[in-house]
Amino acid sequence: MTELTIDVDDRRIIQATQAGLPLTPMPYHTIAEQLGLSADEVMGRLQRMLESGIIRRIGAVPNHYALGFKMNGMTVWDVPDEHVDELGQRVGQLDFVSHCYCRPRHLPQWPYNLFAMVHGRTQSQVEEQIQQIAELLGDFNRGHRTLYSTRILKKTGLRIG
Amino acid sequence: MDIIDRKIINNLQGGFPISERPYADAAKQLGITENDLIERITQLLEQGMLSRFGPMYHAERLGGGLTLAALCVPEADFEEVAAQVNAFPEVAHNYARDHELNMWFVLATEQPERIDEVISEIETKTGLSVYNMPKQAEYYIGLQLKV
Repeated sequence: MTELTIDVDDRRIIQATQAGLPLTPMPYHTIAEQLGLSADEVMGRLQRMLESGIIRRIGAVPNHYALGFKMNGMTVWDVPDEHVDELGQRVGQLDFVSHCYCRPRHLPQWPYNLFAMVHGRTQSQVEEQIQQIAELLGDFNRGHRTLYSTRILKKTGLRIG
Repeated sequence: MDIIDRKIINNLQGGFPISERPYADAAKQLGITENDLIERITQLLEQGMLSRFGPMYHAERLGGGLTLAALCVPEADFEEVAAQVNAFPEVAHNYARDHELNMWFVLATEQPERIDEVISEIETKTGLSVYNMPKQAEYYIGLQLKV
């Protein structure tokens, strides 16, 4: 991926689209009109941001909870540092994992370095998923926990740009 | 939700075209009309099945700061600490979780160096140690949610 710095017009496009694309037949033209740019300019800039990874993807962002995936668990694993990247890449491929990260340990209270967010319709489905991750990690798994969220205390969208 | 709605959710979590008539292009792939696709996406958004339809931006690549942090809050002080933490505009999400580290929040700042400042401000305000867990690596997510 190429590094790309964003300029003022990119930032305006980000601000105009971060809540969603217009539901009009020519949405990039609609944005272009709002911003006083040409549609080609808007499309070209979006394409560049997509290629450089500033845009992860364009499409539908599902609401897991509304779609019936009411159980979400933050699974955390203690795996050897020298294998965390290779294991993380494999865990990320599982279709019930929505996020997968390496994060720092805080010893002795927090020995876990691999985080994988899992989603299921029921508790037993989530437990099955955790079992699948455990099997994939095998002997590299030196300990794990699943932290279920018990309450949302605050949820505001990430505002950027 | 019918089979076509499911197909939209399963097939359009990425790859929406950047083109003159992107809904028409995507609709063709799904075997429906442009108008039908626009109406269905509108409905799925209204029903809350989709939280958004559009580009998903990579916050860190935009130059901001982002981290996950946790606190170990004594039960008796939980509500008070939640209010103190939530009062920071940099706190984007905050969840209670069932662990000794029982409060988990995401900090998002425009300036990366602001993360450390907010963490020490939260420590001063709450009198608790913040466990800062910024991501060190992010692993590619292959398949997407199937409904």
